[in-house]
Amino acid sequence: MNKKGTIVKNWPKDLEPILSSHDNDKYVLRLYLTGSTCRSALALTNLEKICEEYLEGRYELEVIDLYQNPSLAKGDQIIAAPTLIKKLPLPFRRIIGDMSNREKVLLGLDLRDKQNE
Amino acid sequence: MKKLEHELSMKRLPKSPTGIQGFDEITGGGVPKGRPTLVCGGAGCGKTLFAIEFLVRGATEFNEPGVFMSFEETNEELTINVASLGFDLEDLIRRKKLILDHVHIERSEIEETGEYDLEALFIRLGYAIDSIGAKRVVLDTIESLFAGLPNQLILRAELRRLFRWLKVKGVTAIITGEKGDEKLTRQGLEEYVSDCVIMLDHRVNEQTSTRRLRIVKYRGSIHGTNEYPFLIDETGFSVLPVTSLGLKHIVSNERVSSGIPALDKMLEGKGYYRGSTVLVSGTAGVGKTSIAAHFAEAACKRGERVLYFCFEESPNQLIRNMLSIGIDLEPWVEKGVLLFHATRPTLYGLEMHLAVTHKAVNAFKPDIVILDPINTFVISDKEFEIKTMLMRIVDFLKARQITALFTSLTSSEGPLESSEAGISSLIDTWILLRDIELSGERNRGMYVLKSRGMANSNQIREFMLTDHGVELREAYIGSKGVLTGSARIAQEAKESAELLIRKKDIERKKREIEQKRNSLKAQISALHFQFESEESEAIKMIEIEQDQVKRLKQDKLEMAESRHADKENISSKNAKKNK
Repeated sequence: MNKKGTIVKNWPKDLEPILSSHDNDKYVLRLYLTGSTCRSALALTNLEKICEEYLEGRYELEVIDLYQNPSLAKGDQIIAAPTLIKKLPLPFRRIIGDMSNREKVLLGLDLRDKQNE
Repeated sequence: MKKLEHELSMKRLPKSPTGIQGFDEITGGGVPKGRPTLVCGGAGCGKTLFAIEFLVRGATEFNEPGVFMSFEETNEELTINVASLGFDLEDLIRRKKLILDHVHIERSEIEETGEYDLEALFIRLGYAIDSIGAKRVVLDTIESLFAGLPNQLILRAELRRLFRWLKVKGVTAIITGEKGDEKLTRQGLEEYVSDCVIMLDHRVNEQTSTRRLRIVKYRGSIHGTNEYPFLIDETGFSVLPVTSLGLKHIVSNERVSSGIPALDKMLEGKGYYRGSTVLVSGTAGVGKTSIAAHFAEAACKRGERVLYFCFEESPNQLIRNMLSIGIDLEPWVEKGVLLFHATRPTLYGLEMHLAVTHKAVNAFKPDIVILDPINTFVISDKEFEIKTMLMRIVDFLKARQITALFTSLTSSEGPLESSEAGISSLIDTWILLRDIELSGERNRGMYVLKSRGMANSNQIREFMLTDHGVELREAYIGSKGVLTGSARIAQEAKESAELLIRKKDIERKKREIEQKRNSLKAQISALHFQFESEESEAIKMIEIEQDQVKRLKQDKLEMAESRHADKENISSKNAKKNK
């Protein structure tokens, strides 16, 4: 597992709204991959670049390999791979694909508008 | 020959029984084992139910656990929806026989950012399959993916891969698909699932709905191509293999009493053949139901089971009415040997009726089935359809050696010999009841129009409903035609009076002869007496004469002695005489 930033596991659900209101800029991300395929690697590299560029120091990223944790797919309603889940800040969003379309990733992470401002 | 082919095909293609009533019969064993099957149809046609029953039966009857991956309904909705059909999904989940997985895709949450695949779905499904060792998988309705994921190219490629993957996994899968405009499914799933395609349909015709199932395609297996009606009721899904029957039913020589001794007498004294089809037709109020009730009662008394479909009267009304002619059916209902099945013919379409009949017969396993009356179907549909439906019922019942009695109402305008439903050719024994209107009275006549395989009576009987049941009377047939009712009674009285007169005449004649004989006897005895007296007189005279002759001889002898004649001569003469 790749660890970047501060990772909080077993994120308490009741804390989510509080956290989001207090710390609006904090990003909680989870990336689901299926083994070490080219696509997985590409997605991870692309995402890391974006995160470093836009969210340095204010994001948590958890990377999960579904082959090793197949039971997790059901809980987070994962069907496509790779899938990036933006848990915080709200709204909840799924970003699927290898993240090669940078604009769309930024749109999905709600970073696009901010950048324009 | 066909059977052999059938067996060969079974060997070639292993099948997985669905456990759905009737479906395994029409497919020769179920859906192809280890392959995906597509079940398609419009909204509300029962796709999901078909799929869930496939899993539930698999888990409970064939020990094959299953995974239900739903793309539409949540697990809770699904559990509640099928609970009304008697499926306890929660229990199956607890026993690790079933996994429900609801795949939720929210279009608004999704952002596509490049190449992706559905490997996660495969992993998810694979994990579910492996965790309970599932042999069966349902994907309901996978086309929802098309609404959630915008990239169709990826999706199509992935679906193709998914179905291949399912085959490799060796699971028997059912994939449901919504009916498309010109294709079988909206997204053309039939391109990917090419082994077996089943089409469900829900049609409304003249305000009655009929569900139908058709096997569009079944690679590597022969199958019926017809549309089969199916039912969804409290016991789940049931398909009715109704058109596959030939004319190969076993024929019985056993006879069953009609419950009316006089009617039995008209049928060689034995009644109907077991497994035959009896039609009782007639105009309104001639007693068709009474004949049916007699038959039912007699069967119950013999210890047979009777299933009585009534389409016009409620069971209670029928029981009450039959009590008035001395037939008490209630004890048999309580005992459980007589079952009434009352529905309005307009409640469902013809095929549904057929389906209901099938189901009821299979459940109750009767020896005798009564349909009273059949012609109420006429209002609901066309004659041809009714005929085929009744033919199916007749075939179905015959195949099970069930004696069937149908009643049919004929309108008084039309010819009596034509039954409205046009099924006369299907009938083995046809009893016709008719009104005979004569001298201000309306009486009932009955005759056996035909009865296959027996020398039935050709006589018209007068048919009477009494407080102790149906009675048949010999109708008066003479120079004045057929007389019934009071005309018959009057004629009979007249005849008996004539008979009395004739009897008296004969007696008188007898007396006269006796008298003659007596007088003759008296005459004879008088003559006899006269003759006797004459005879005795004659004897007397003869004696006198003999005496005289003797005396004369004596006199002669004495005279000779006195004249000293030759003694020797005289004595020898005397000796000769004495001898």
